Amino acid sequence: MILHSIDRQIINHLQGGFPLTESPWDELARQLDIPIDEIICRIERMTTEGVLSRFGPIYNAEKMGGGLTLAAMKVEPERFDEVTEIVNAFDEVAHNYARQHELNMWFVIATETPEKINEVIHKIEQQTGLEVFNMPKQEEYFLELKFEA
Amino acid sequence: MSASPQAMTERTEIDAIDRQIIAATQGGLPLSRHPYHDIAEQLGLDVQQVLQRMQLMLDKGIIRRIGVIPNHYKLGYKSNGMSVWNIPDEKISAAGMKVGSLDFVSHCYQRPRFLPAWPYNLFAMVHGKTHDEVIAQVEQIARLLGEDNRGHEILFSTRILKKTGLRIG
Repeated sequence: MILHSIDRQIINHLQGGFPLTESPWDELARQLDIPIDEIICRIERMTTEGVLSRFGPIYNAEKMGGGLTLAAMKVEPERFDEVTEIVNAFDEVAHNYARQHELNMWFVIATETPEKINEVIHKIEQQTGLEVFNMPKQEEYFLELKFEA
Repeated sequence: MSASPQAMTERTEIDAIDRQIIAATQGGLPLSRHPYHDIAEQLGLDVQQVLQRMQLMLDKGIIRRIGVIPNHYKLGYKSNGMSVWNIPDEKISAAGMKVGSLDFVSHCYQRPRFLPAWPYNLFAMVHGKTHDEVIAQVEQIARLLGEDNRGHEILFSTRILKKTGLRIG
């Protein structure tokens, strides 16, 4: 995808720090030296084209009181599709990836309360007959990845 | 920019009005001249109230940040690998900070080991434009960690089996 340099400037500038003010664009228009309508129009277009997946606040699910974990399973190749179907059927399973490893299925479980994580894991183990490795994060060394556009 | 550990046990109270604001903004802000004003109007709240509550959520880390979220795939970062590392427990914090502050690493977490099947306790998601770039970046991490690295692997994803956003009600 070839991006216009103004689009790049907007993406690189706006990955964080969108102002929380009544007229948030004023400050940005000054900083970027681009008219407000043009910035808005470009963000709108990039969202439509899929260059941007979202514009707005990113919430931290755990701090809202929910439970979140990463789980992994060893699934025999001949059972892979069947197990995928069982795991994906849980609304609490947000993402699920096949990965190249003996532990070949990795999924994120997100629940309304932390206690529900174990319930979901237990159900998945019962329904698949496989062990679920529960790997909640113990510490986060966090730096928002800023993609150079 | 520096990486900092964030305790995960910390939970913060949010009330019904906060939840309304979250529900109205988690899919994105309106692309209008006065987005917070529009949210306030939609919810029957005062704009100052919306701004104050969102500022408080930002201060408490309930909102991580506000801005654009690029689709990294469309920006050319087409490869990602989950690198996993076996780090002595007493070295994990220093190692995590080092790895977490690399610009090609996102989501750097300490997670529990499952011995003997799974000896790794540090996870770092590495993003690159190509598969080879990801491999080179993982080698760079290995050099950075030196003897504190007691073994590592890269788990490339072969297929997305499910992908939905995390949403609250």
